[in-house]
Order: sequence, then C-alpha cells, then structure tokens
Amino acid sequence: MVNIKINNQSVQAEQGQTILDVARSHGLDIPTLCYHKDLSPTGNCRMCVVEVKGGRFLSAACVTSVWEGMEIQTHSEKVMKDRKLTLEMMLANHPQDCITCDVSGECELQDLAYEYKAVAPSWGTKGTRYPVDSDPNPFIRVDMNRCILCRRCVEACAEIQVRDVWGVAKRGFDEVIVAGAGTSMLEARCESCGQCVAYCPTGALSNKMNYGMARAHQVKKVTTTCAYCGVGCQFDLLVKNDKVIGVQSNPDAPVNGMALCVKGRYGYDYIHHPDRVKKPRVRRYLLDGGKKNREGSPWDWVETEWETALDITAKKLMEARDNYGADSIGVLTSAKCTNEENYLMNKLARQVLGTNNIDHCARL
Amino acid sequence: MAGLAASFGSGAMSNSMDDVAQQAKAFFIIGSNTTEQHPVFGTMLRRAVRFRGAKLVVADPRRIDITEFATLHLRQKPGTDIALVNGLMNIILEKGWEDKAFIEERCENFDEFKATVMNYPPEKVSEITGVPVEQLYEAAQIIAENKPTAVIWAMGITQHISGVRNVMDLANFQMLLGYMGKPGGGVNPLRGQNNVQGACDMGGLPNVYPAYQPVTSEEAQAKFQKAWGATSNLKVGAVVTEMMPGILEGRTHALYILGEDPVMSDPDTHHIRKALEAIDFLVLQEIFPSETSAYADVLLPGVSFAEKTGTFTNTERRVQMVRKAIPTQGDARDDWWITSEIAKRILAATPQRVQPEAPFAGWEYRDASAIMDEINVVTPSYAGITHARLEKGERLQWPCPAKDHPGTPILHTKALSRGKGRFMPIDHVPPAEEPTEDYPFVLSTGRVLYHWHGGQMTRRAKGLLEIYSEALIELNPDDAARLGLNGKNRVRVTSRRGSIEAQAWVTDRVPPGMVYANFHFPEASANELTIAALDPVSKIPEYKVAAVKVELVR
Ligand code: SF4
Ligand code: SF4
Repeated sequence: MVNIKINNQSVQAEQGQTILDVARSHGLDIPTLCYHKDLSPTGNCRMCVVEVKGGRFLSAACVTSVWEGMEIQTHSEKVMKDRKLTLEMMLANHPQDCITCDVSGECELQDLAYEYKAVAPSWGTKGTRYPVDSDPNPFIRVDMNRCILCRRCVEACAEIQVRDVWGVAKRGFDEVIVAGAGTSMLEARCESCGQCVAYCPTGALSNKMNYGMARAHQVKKVTTTCAYCGVGCQFDLLVKNDKVIGVQSNPDAPVNGMALCVKGRYGYDYIHHPDRVKKPRVRRYLLDGGKKNREGSPWDWVETEWETALDITAKKLMEARDNYGADSIGVLTSAKCTNEENYLMNKLARQVLGTNNIDHCARL
Repeated sequence: MAGLAASFGSGAMSNSMDDVAQQAKAFFIIGSNTTEQHPVFGTMLRRAVRFRGAKLVVADPRRIDITEFATLHLRQKPGTDIALVNGLMNIILEKGWEDKAFIEERCENFDEFKATVMNYPPEKVSEITGVPVEQLYEAAQIIAENKPTAVIWAMGITQHISGVRNVMDLANFQMLLGYMGKPGGGVNPLRGQNNVQGACDMGGLPNVYPAYQPVTSEEAQAKFQKAWGATSNLKVGAVVTEMMPGILEGRTHALYILGEDPVMSDPDTHHIRKALEAIDFLVLQEIFPSETSAYADVLLPGVSFAEKTGTFTNTERRVQMVRKAIPTQGDARDDWWITSEIAKRILAATPQRVQPEAPFAGWEYRDASAIMDEINVVTPSYAGITHARLEKGERLQWPCPAKDHPGTPILHTKALSRGKGRFMPIDHVPPAEEPTEDYPFVLSTGRVLYHWHGGQMTRRAKGLLEIYSEALIELNPDDAARLGLNGKNRVRVTSRRGSIEAQAWVTDRVPPGMVYANFHFPEASANELTIAALDPVSKIPEYKVAAVKVELVR
C-alpha cells in the first residue's frame, strides 16, 4: 500500500498501480486516447498527462506508477492547456468533416475536442494526405486521414488477434499505419476479425457493410449470443428501423470480451436476405387431396395460411404413426436452435408421438 | 460424447475456455483446427503461447494455421490417432512420468489398460503413424513436464469409425498424467455448432431424455410419464444416420426436420437424395429454402437468431441469453410456437394419449422463459438456470442444480462424475476405407474460417462470399506436379460414391497423398464423396477419411 494525494485528496493505492488506474478506481476521469484497458499502455498520445509535484514535465498517467507520497493534479490549468494543445495538433491533420463521418457521435477524438473546446489550427493538412477507403478488404473501411497514430489497431491485431497485420511506417510528419509492408490487409494475412476496427477511437477504421447507414444515436443495441460456433461469443446487434445493420463488440461479453471472428462480426447479412421464407408453403398435391407426386404441378409450392399448413402437418404425422407406428417417424432437432426449442422437439417426439427417434447434427 | 461419458460419467468439456487459456502450461491439440473452427478460442490459445510462453503440441495431418504457433507439430497419417496416443502413453510409462497417486486414488482398471499400451512401442507407432520416433519422445516430454497440459480436440477426433474410442483414449491420457479435475488441464472437446451442447442437454438424442437421463431407465421413464402424462418406450431410438437409410428400408415414413440440411451435412449425398425422394412425408422448418427443402412436402418458416428469445449453451456448458432484436420477418413464426401448434393439434385429435392431470401435459407456453421454467423442473443440471437470473447478468455454467447455485466452471474437481475414472484399453483400428491403386488419395473434410456448415447462412453473407467464393480442394504441390496441373487448377475428385469438380488450392497444408475438401457449397460438396461408415457407438460418420482419386479437368 502506498499513500498518495490526487487533487489534494488522500487516497491509498496498491504498489505498482498506475496513476490512471488509481484515478479511475476513485471515479476520477482522466481522458485517454491511445490507452485501452485490454491493450498494453504505450503512453504515446499524451492525452492522459497529469502534473506530479516536483516533476519537471507532465507525466502520462497510463504508464506512470504511483509512489509513496506522490501528489498529483489531474485537471490543473497547466494540464488542461497541454491536453488542449495535444488535441489541436491532432486536429491540424484530421479532416474537419464530422458532419459526414460515419463514427460521429461515438468518436473519442470528437468527444474530447468538444470537451476541451479544441479548434483546428489554421495550419496543417486538414486530412488530405491519403486516399479515402484505401483498402479492398470487403468488411473494413480504411481512411488513414482520420488516423491519430494512437496504435490501438496495431496492438489489437498483435495482442488480441495475434496476427500482426498492422505496423508503423516512416517517422515524424510522415508517420503512418500500414498493413504488412505497405500491402493490402488481406495480403498481410488479415483474418477480417474486425478487432482493429473495434478498438479504433476514430473513423480511421470503420465498417464497410453499414457505412453511412446510421449514427450511433439512431441505433438500438441488443445484446445477444452468436449463432455460428460453439465458443458462444456475445455481442450487440445494432438495429435501425427494425433492421439489423451491424454487430458491435460488447466489452462485458463473458467469453470473448471485445473479440469476435469474421463470421460473428460480419456474417449477419443473411438475416434480411430476400431468400428468407416468409410464408408457410405446401405442395399442391396436399391441397388437391391427391396422392404424393413429385412431378410437375402437383409438386409446385403453394403459399398458405398457418392454419392450413399446421393442420396438414399434424394430420400427416398422425397418419404415419397410425399406419406404421410411432417409430416410423423421425424428428431432427437443431444444433442451431435454442435450448427451449430443442426441449420442445424432445417433448414432441417422446410425449406427443411416442418415439425416441430424435437426433440432430451434433455428430456431423 | 459417448467416449467421455464411459470414462468419467460426463461427456462435456471438463474445463472452461478461459481457464484452459490462462492456466494450462501446455496444450495438446489433436483433431481441432482451432483457429478456423473456434476462432476466438483459437486467438486465446495464440495469446497464451505468445505472451505467457505456454507450450503447444499439435497433432494433425494438415499444416493448419495454429501450427504456426506450435512448439511441435506431429503429422500423423489420417485415422491413426489411437496408435499415436498409445505410443505417447507408452513412452510416459517407460519414463515413469505417470501420476501414480492420481491413478491409485481416483482411477480403476489400470493394469488391463497398461497391458494394451505396452503393445505400442515407439518404433511400431512410428511405422503406423508416420511420425518420427524422436518426435514422439519430444511430444511426450513436453506434455509430461508442463503440468498441467490441456487436451483439446474437435471433429478431427470424433468423425472416425473409431471416434468414441479415440475420445476414450484421450481420457486415458489425461488420467495417466493426473491432469483431470485441475485448472488448466482436463479433456476439452470443442462442440461444432453454436448449440450442439444445448441440443444434447435438452434430450435431442435418441438414447437420452434431458440431462442425459437414459431412455432405457424405468426410473427416467416413470419420471417423464409423471411430468408429461405420456412418454416414449424404453428402446433407444434411431440416429440420423439410421433414419435416412430407414426410409428406403420401409422403417421411416415421416420426418420432421428443424433447421437442418441433411442433404448438405450428411455423408454420401447421393444416397440421402435417394432416400428423401422416397419418403412419404417431410416437414421442414427453416429460414431459407435449402438443398433439403427440394424434398419437403411442407415448409414452415421459422426465424433467425436475431428474431428470437431463448438460450444457447456453449462448448464450456455456459448458458447464455439470445435476445430478440427485430420483429419476425414476414409471416414467419417463433420456432417454439410452431412446434407447440403441431403438438396441440396432434394431442387434440388423440387426447387419450396423455393423462391431462400431469403438471406438464399441456403445450400452452406464454414465451420462451416459461419453457425454461419447465426445463428447470425436469432437467437436474439446469434446475437453477432461469431467464431471470441470466437477465440479471449472472454467469451460469451447468451443472447448476438450484436457484441459488453459482454454476460449475470446472468438472471433476473432487471426484470424477462416475466416482472413479475408468481406464479403457483401446486398440488401433485402421479406417474403414484405405487408399488403393484405383483410389490412391486420402480425402479428409471439414470447414473453413469464412463459411459455416452447409453454407445456408454464410453463402448469403456478401463479404464472406467475396473472400471465399467457391469450394477449394487442398492439394499438395508434389501431387499437383505429378498430376500435371501445371498452372491449371480444376480437378475432379472421385470416390466410390460420387464425384465433384472444383478449383485446386495447391498448398503444402496437406501432405502428399492427401486432399482436403469442405461441404459449404452445393455445387461441389465434399459429402458427395464421404463414406457413411459409422462409429459403432456414437454413429458418427467417418468424414475424416475416405479413399479418392484426383484427376485434372482438361
Ligand atoms: S481485422 Fe483482425 S486480423 Fe485484420 S488487421 Fe484488423 S485486427 Fe488484424
Ligand atoms: S464470433 Fe466467431 S468465434 Fe465467436 S461464437 Fe461466433 S463464430 Fe464462434
């Protein structure tokens, strides 16, 4: 235990904790951009600077450990000025077009610029250095003009996905984030998991599938569980006008945290695919009362009301049971469906039909 | 997971993914293409190797992606897993690395098992598996010295005629080393589809009621008779791979299929099509027309996961909420509602079947959570898992026997579910079909990262299709040269059952003499080629080994 003072208040902290950890655990807000709790701190963006008594320079709170007797100011005039300057340096080379930017409203740079009343200086490039939408990846939209060089994408890919697609090239004003040795993402062995997008604080990396489809405040988020593999990742479905328009990481997901794979994050567009069956269908012969005939028009689909389709189904299942016994019916339940649905299929087979002929594709 | 149930009394993953990734000193992955099939768990393992220095032994004929992170990659011939595992255990016994106390206190039948393992000296095993003797020693040492090692497998172990025995042998392995019931150890079968675990837990199997209560038990039968007012007989029912041939043999007359596509996912497609053509009545409940719907008499539109409320159980027995995000599309209906309506109609026509005073005789469910309330009563391992608790944010892994029970992240910590773990003497049996002069290649099948199962969902996801747009057959460069591919890349792969044409992906992921295909695309589905040879106990088909010939398409 060490005793320190933050903003003149005495607090106790663990040995080895950073100033940022201690401050946040006491509900004090120190702004960050490059820092993310899941990633190694790098201290390179300088947003989290604080004043430490006796120090010649401001210290980055995310990488500075506390020591006995440390006295910290998190919002002194000097600190506030420095942070504002940092933001203005970023804005000098950042597009000034939040009005059309996809992530406006959930952009960490925008929020801080607003909070610190930072304005873009008259000098700088205003984000005209790189081609917009510069990578052919089908899911990820790259616009390096919006990049603030925080390196979260580099770390997300290296530390969460362990794939090392992103790197930093050149130095100084020309410093830029590149995939591989300046190739496309897929050429640099990207797995399209979207981790880098999820951790990007700005619109530099965004999602192609729903680009321009909704602002953060226009979507409803519904936390649910992935329907592909058995890992059981959770995420938020983004819903606008009763349509699923995207998937977003939910940091509280028990198994996966922010991580998802390409199917979970980007494999959702089948939900609204025009092929969806939207009305019950029965073969024409069933309505005509004829015998089963798999040729020509008796085999045509006819859309019906639920009553008709359910009546026919029940009648046909009973027919099989009455003519050949319950064990002439097979029930295939689904490893894609819920527990509740599977339970009912088991109950239907055993209680209603009286057979143990129930299985699913677990073996397959 | 019949194999695990025989050895320990429970067939599920014994540990949690997080526990394995954080605590294991080493991983032994056999028959799991983890980074492509269970991608997020795959990245957890990659992190453990890179940042925690965990050791990784991969046994797989193919150079799958995770081998990039492997301390050691054993490339055994397909279908020789038992010989390999027995060989490793032989070395462990030779060196005295087994956990004698664990074997003594918590296991039984060791001597009989040991006698079998003694028949697998490293030289003989090397001959059967093609793995060099030094690599066998190295693997055994890594696994024995890094305590505990977690064993991880998936369909690469189970989809063989010896699948159940493969699993039992891995159970032997973990008992021998005393790695059961420990954080970071255990037996960890990864379940394929999102809710395979739940479908099994809920009695979606011909031999068990919910929570694995055997249908052959009079006690279980009486229990469900009392709860439901009627139930089935004491005879184990038919598995899917028996129902289908049953159609042509006059045993199966009607099928009710919920959300599955057997034409794409079952072995020997040609035979399945023949069977479905002959069925009297097929009702299919699905969200898309599928290869199977061509044979359906009635097609009932269910809903996607985005439109439903309920729970899925993941591979580590974790029960989680699925929440309705959008209205039901068109005139589709909740799947539970459809099943209930069919049930109600049949019971209305034959009311004498059910004793109406039974507490769960009826089918009037308000919503999915009401169904879960009924599950709580008849399913001991789910007794304490309610929607209300999950909605409060509680994290529950079964067994969760009471409403105030916190769930069970690791199984078998005190004792194995069946009391003592039972060592099973297991011998190697060659695959049902081995290469011949006419069919000189071994075909193995599986999935790829960008697609899922029969592909009904992922082939309708634009970006996934853009990255992986057609079936690819993996073919070794030496074989490609021998076949005279010479830059051309269309091949025909033929087995005794069928033939497909597709692009070859010339890659040393597969060893010479082996090809690998997936079953995501109907125009070139690997299941046209696979053999319906079944494991005698689990009835899982041998998807991982079939004999084929490969020709250049000119
Ligand atoms: S999508 Fe995933 S693999 Fe690709 S660059 Fe981003 S983090 Fe890396
Ligand atoms: S996001 Fe990927 S890894 Fe996670 S459950 Fe879905 S398919 Fe599996």
